[in-house]
Amino acid sequence: MPLTPVLTSRWGADQPWRLSTYESLEGYAALRTALSMTPDELVTLVKDSGLRGRGGAGFPTGMKWSFIPQPKPGETPTGPAAKPKYLVVNADEGEPGTCKDLPLMMTDPHSLVEGVIISAYAIRCHYAVIYVRGEAVHAHRRLVAAVQEAYAAGYLGTDVLGSGYDLELVVHAGAGAYICGEETALLDSLEGYRGQPRLKPPFPAVAGLYGAPTVINNVETLASVPFVVRGGAEWFKAFGPEKSPGPKIYSLSGRVVRPGQYEAPMGTTMRELLEMAGGVRPGHELKFWTPGGSSTPYFTAEHLDVPLDFDSVAAAGSMLGTTALMVFDETDSIVEATLRFTEFYAHESCGKCTPCREGTYWLVQILERIVEGRGTAADLDLLTDTCDNILGRSFCALGDGATSCIASSLKYFRDEYIALLPPEEQGRLGRSLRLEPVGAAS
Amino acid sequence: MSSLPGSPEGAATTGLVDTPVDASPETLAQLPPLTEQTRLEAREIMARYPQARSALLPMLHLVQSVQGYVSPEGVALCAEELGLTKAEVGAVATFYTMYKRRPTGRHLVSVCTNTLCSVLGGQRIMDALSADLGVHHDETAADGSVTLEHAECLAACDYAPVVTVDYEFYDQQDVESARELVAALRRGEKPHPTRGAPLSDFRGISRQLAGFSQWADDGSAAAAVDAPWQAGPTLIGVHLAEERGETAPPMSGPAAPSAAAEEPRETVRPSGRTGQTPGEEAADARVAAADNPAERAGAEQAHPDRGAEYGQPRGRQRAGTDTPAGTEPGTSEQGPATSPPSPTPPGKA
Repeated sequence: MPLTPVLTSRWGADQPWRLSTYESLEGYAALRTALSMTPDELVTLVKDSGLRGRGGAGFPTGMKWSFIPQPKPGETPTGPAAKPKYLVVNADEGEPGTCKDLPLMMTDPHSLVEGVIISAYAIRCHYAVIYVRGEAVHAHRRLVAAVQEAYAAGYLGTDVLGSGYDLELVVHAGAGAYICGEETALLDSLEGYRGQPRLKPPFPAVAGLYGAPTVINNVETLASVPFVVRGGAEWFKAFGPEKSPGPKIYSLSGRVVRPGQYEAPMGTTMRELLEMAGGVRPGHELKFWTPGGSSTPYFTAEHLDVPLDFDSVAAAGSMLGTTALMVFDETDSIVEATLRFTEFYAHESCGKCTPCREGTYWLVQILERIVEGRGTAADLDLLTDTCDNILGRSFCALGDGATSCIASSLKYFRDEYIALLPPEEQGRLGRSLRLEPVGAAS
Repeated sequence: MSSLPGSPEGAATTGLVDTPVDASPETLAQLPPLTEQTRLEAREIMARYPQARSALLPMLHLVQSVQGYVSPEGVALCAEELGLTKAEVGAVATFYTMYKRRPTGRHLVSVCTNTLCSVLGGQRIMDALSADLGVHHDETAADGSVTLEHAECLAACDYAPVVTVDYEFYDQQDVESARELVAALRRGEKPHPTRGAPLSDFRGISRQLAGFSQWADDGSAAAAVDAPWQAGPTLIGVHLAEERGETAPPMSGPAAPSAAAEEPRETVRPSGRTGQTPGEEAADARVAAADNPAERAGAEQAHPDRGAEYGQPRGRQRAGTDTPAGTEPGTSEQGPATSPPSPTPPGKA
């Protein structure tokens, strides 16, 4: 498939982060169209477009919006419908491998701001927050400037563009905690607490920020909304497969010749993307890769032709996640890579649920002794057993994500684990493997 | 983040620290005091939110912008202003990596040692800087110039390996460039970051994170926003598309015009008022019908998003893990992300 710059279409312009540039390139045209529609029409439009959340889970965006309880005709609203509605933007990008939202906010922050205004209007919300990862000071700076410009130009504040619609938008910086990318942990953090996930249900759509109905959307999702409004549902569905349509920013990193951001239709394959990125570095070959960040099971060379959309990747045994395509070659040790990822999860486990808090700690211990040549024949099963005791047993998906790289690496590269065991332990497994020496790094 | 019941090796592998907040008399004697202006700015932050406690994270950034770490005095100020106990504030401050328990050096140098950066040289950079400075993770050089830490993924994998100084990025580093960077910082220089804005220092950037400008005037602030940056990997796909003449399908025209275009304002208030036109009322009724609590509850039970942003619909992954190694996963059971209802995890019923 060809490259199809939509979200990235303004990125190459001169100072694309400035309002004047943005307006000269159709910026805020979608907002004017949206304000001429009813909120319900907008929800229907986004539903019809098939837009699915770009934060990893791929939940249909329009459906998420429609879960917000709204006052019913002719009734005095009670319960959640009577409360204020909130829109919270998840800009806490931090899943290892993921690097699409920061460039988007860095180059074209107004597309996010416009998406926020349209989406807030659609769910009848008057107060929205963008929760930006604290370490992302460069993107935070441009985003703050964009919001100031939008206020000054009348796109935010009281009576947006004379429509009678009011919206306040606050940019809120986090403070360094991967778990706050989990939507309910993000809400706790935004309320001024430790960022620990909440049990669901109730879902944020009913009881979210301050216990009121709340939509939480990812940056790329919301930045897509103005294009849906301008181009229409049919146009949007022209990209990629029917059930998973739209343009998508694919982030290639690692052992490729030209790492970076490539925007192409949903369903583009890794083979096509690798070709665009100049392939694996010369003289080396692809060994393993992640389709959507460290929480998605590894793929190998046999998966190069899997269409990278939500459903096809799931059918092939992994997850599309955030289309964070980390590429590793034959010089990279799968076990060491997995240990690093596992250390990350152990560090970022919030400590709320015992299986995740203790399990990730012990996974690190086991992997470490295998990498150091002190593993035992029983350790491979112990890894699997520990994963089984984490998976599905915690409030949120962090623990689940921690098991992905271990389970999939054992599935595709079990021999590499065995080769790291001392000879007598290999003997217990009836094996005798020697690891080919490889360069530790480039 | 969380303090695991820590063995020394636990701390070594995960980088966790459970050291207490520095409240030694020598440290406290050297701190610039929190002033009345700090307090007024804290209240300004509180006014941004529907509920004041939401201001706690930015207020802790504000404290760090004055004192370089979350001091006992800073905890007390936040507690007083928000009507919390100091223990409640401390519980929050100790959760987040960016809140420091000891005074930070003039600059905070963070080296990404997560998998991707590490494979491309991040760990060797960390080791070299550690040797040069004579410090380990989360320690400050004797001259107070630099605090060194290893960082988890900084969402810059396309620029790997990366180092940040006061969270400003220095992209595509290697051992030599990183050593030179730190040496320059120790000489009092401020090498220009890769992504635009000039380097200030740890306290300055903390002020930005609290939601205030760290610059003396609007001109400097605008210059920081507009400073040119080396956007190679960010723009690589855009440039390739230009080269190849590839574009997105053209938009045929604007979205279908609304029948109610002339009266949008009446429908956006959460006031309980109904739509103004027969068409709108019918639409509202349809939404109401489709939106009854039972249906909604059912839809939400089927929400594959339980745990959300990690992209980890429960249930499907379990099937994958239970698959014996070496066999293909049962593809017939791995449906679209929207179809499998999430099983209730054990112990949660």
